[in-house]
Amino acid sequence: MTVDTLPYTTFYKAKKGIISWLFTLDHKRVALLYLYSIITFFLVGASLGILMRLELFHPGKDIVEPHTYNQIFTLHGVIMIFLFIIPSIPAVFGNFFLPLLLGTDDVAFPRLNLFSFWLYAIGALFALGTLVFGDGPADTGWTFYAPYSVRTGTNVTMSVVAAFVLGFSSILTGLNFIVTIHRLRTPGMGFNQMPLFAWSLYATSWIQLLATPVIGITLLMIVAERVFGVGLFDPSIGGDPVLYQHMFWIYSHPAVYIMALPAMGIVSEIIPTFAQRTIFGYKAIAYSSMAIAFIGYFVWGHHMFTSGMSGPAAYIFSILTFLVAIPTSIKVFNWIATLYKGSINIDTPLLFALAFIFNFLIGGLTGLVNGALAADIHLHDTYFVVGHLHYVMFGGTGFAFFGALHYWFPKIWGKMYNKKVANTAFATLLIGFNILYFPMIILGIMGMPRRYYDYLPEFTFWNQVSTVGSWITVSSLIVLIVNLFVAARKGKKAPDNPWGGITLEWQTKSPPPLENFDKMPKIPEGGPYNYPNAKSSN
Amino acid sequence: MYASNFVEGVDFSLYFILAISVFFLVGITAVMIYFLFRYSKKRNPVATNIEGSWTLEIIWTVVPTILVLLMFWYGWVGYRPMLTAPDDAMEIQAVGQMWKWTFNYDNGKSSDTLVIPIDKPIKLNLVSKDVLHSLYIPAFRLKQDVVPGKDFSMWFIGQKLGRYDILCAEYCGQLHSYMLSSVTVVENDKFNTWLAEKQDNSNEHPGLTLMKKNACFSCHTTDGSRLVGPSFKGVVGRSETIIVDGKEKTITVDADFIKHKLQNPLSSNVKGFQSGLMPKLPLSDDEISHIIDYVSTIK
Repeated sequence: MTVDTLPYTTFYKAKKGIISWLFTLDHKRVALLYLYSIITFFLVGASLGILMRLELFHPGKDIVEPHTYNQIFTLHGVIMIFLFIIPSIPAVFGNFFLPLLLGTDDVAFPRLNLFSFWLYAIGALFALGTLVFGDGPADTGWTFYAPYSVRTGTNVTMSVVAAFVLGFSSILTGLNFIVTIHRLRTPGMGFNQMPLFAWSLYATSWIQLLATPVIGITLLMIVAERVFGVGLFDPSIGGDPVLYQHMFWIYSHPAVYIMALPAMGIVSEIIPTFAQRTIFGYKAIAYSSMAIAFIGYFVWGHHMFTSGMSGPAAYIFSILTFLVAIPTSIKVFNWIATLYKGSINIDTPLLFALAFIFNFLIGGLTGLVNGALAADIHLHDTYFVVGHLHYVMFGGTGFAFFGALHYWFPKIWGKMYNKKVANTAFATLLIGFNILYFPMIILGIMGMPRRYYDYLPEFTFWNQVSTVGSWITVSSLIVLIVNLFVAARKGKKAPDNPWGGITLEWQTKSPPPLENFDKMPKIPEGGPYNYPNAKSSN
Repeated sequence: MYASNFVEGVDFSLYFILAISVFFLVGITAVMIYFLFRYSKKRNPVATNIEGSWTLEIIWTVVPTILVLLMFWYGWVGYRPMLTAPDDAMEIQAVGQMWKWTFNYDNGKSSDTLVIPIDKPIKLNLVSKDVLHSLYIPAFRLKQDVVPGKDFSMWFIGQKLGRYDILCAEYCGQLHSYMLSSVTVVENDKFNTWLAEKQDNSNEHPGLTLMKKNACFSCHTTDGSRLVGPSFKGVVGRSETIIVDGKEKTITVDADFIKHKLQNPLSSNVKGFQSGLMPKLPLSDDEISHIIDYVSTIK
């Protein structure tokens, strides 16, 4: 019997009872608290999405009144953006795996980490509170554009407070990760020996820290305007609605990279593990994350090309937007090159990572169309944008999230899922997803505006195709989640390193013990992905 | 012939990018799938650690840079002419309000739909009476936000006879998707005849004219059915539960109540309807009495 098979106490069993979870200082337990909450909200958001697709099956009324429909798409957006996708990868996999990848026992500020989760929970309660308090959930769209958001009688104030509180949760998580990355890397691990997921979290965290306060201020300004009548955005009391749009997008565009960068980090972890070779262009991938985070601050104006922007401003925002495409394409080329001369295990996590590349390409390339001034004048605020953003967020980040879940599942629970079911769920999800969202791109080019309860008869066919896609998508999601849920309870025991990965999290047991490593993890020689069994290229 | 003078520039920018995108999407996906099989564990049991190649990094930085700069350029070229209308453009005021478009011509003519002469530059001066709207003509590949308090405008030339949809593209509340109108491009002499046709309101109740002008019927029906606000049918003398400062109160609707409501639209709200939507209209006392007079006739 070797030392590795001796019984030990996993972090699950270190302490017992619900209180030990709610007050835990263990980054792994905090991560799981987030995971369960986030999956729950994802399912709520997805259900709202299904309702929207059902309503849009025929022109005219199918199931709900226009006012209800407007509340549904607002709540869908608020839940999916603030409660699912922004926290998704950083709060769940960042929390669980950043310390493991860095070879340390926790994040820099465990109490602050728990506090971030509580803020998340409080924010979530406010968001759901709009369902029962006041005149119902906001009907403004998740962008809360003034002056409509100042005037509507629905419960905008509470939704905005929810987003404000959730913003603080995000800021504190970012702060925690930055300090962790600077201070807690295991001895001998320089910045350039860090796994790429850590790099992408590092870039993300700076955005969270620097951009999120802007949305906090903006949301407080809406509250001041609604509650105290201070004229900031509503022209009838002396405000400027376009100022609101600027302030909103100064945060919300960088927020797109809060959603996308961690997903890119996941892909950069999964591909080398399954190709069993080193990543191609480590520095190019690492630094392009920083470049995206930096340029991403200066492109918000591309959401406002039809808001009466001056020629020079439009010119500058458009050209900067195109520049963001360059570091993004560098990543894609490097990922593909990593498959070259690999020894590839085609397994569920890799399939998700490659589907990420495919979907994200469509999302990114349609983004180029929106960045071009002339094309955007036609396509802005149409279903083209709805299709584009779902390709980036669901097809990109969503697929990476599920890829990460399948990749690290055996580490988190020490069990293995049924791969056949997982692969089937993956395949139908990929098909369903594309049937659901590709028609939206076509509808946008045909000229169907977004946030439409009803539509002209010529848009019927593609709307029905899209709705059928939503049924396939949601069925696949159910299979995917049930499969993992069953595996977590009754799955076969997984080995500590089922994929043959060499980043540090694979050196500890599954599930990890409370303090992560029993003995100091060994940094792979010659870089984080330098697989010892692969041939050297020279 | 294109429907407007901007179609060519917009479509070129759109399809130029789409063509390059399809090329890269198909190419990258094909290479990815090829590698997946060529270098599968079975075919290639031992991997090779290739750390990277600066030559390749430079190639796949420079090539995309050139391509995106081209994309940017065609976007700009298609967009630049939209910025300034020619001096000889015919000016028409386009008014957006929840949930109705109104087009006011220089000779005082006012219409729910836009009628324009072919091959003549048209400049729409955009006015919003309440929240954000966006005037969108898909066939012309053109949209511009209509922002309260801002003097925005848009211009175009209708180049093909016909009738095209006008949609609202910026979310503006409950009936956003019903804020529809159309633009009809007609021959020049037909346009002049249409423009000169007098609108005959003399047989119409002045209250009704005012209410049409102020889009009252976007939210309130006259047949008792429910829309955004309560119906006008039999409203005078009806007993309603209203909410004032969060407290419920039952009142009988009379002339004084309607006048107060028109002057202070947000002071109260009929129970069961969404609050905060009724706009404050700049109406004189005389106009208000015309409206009350007309509303009393809707039985």
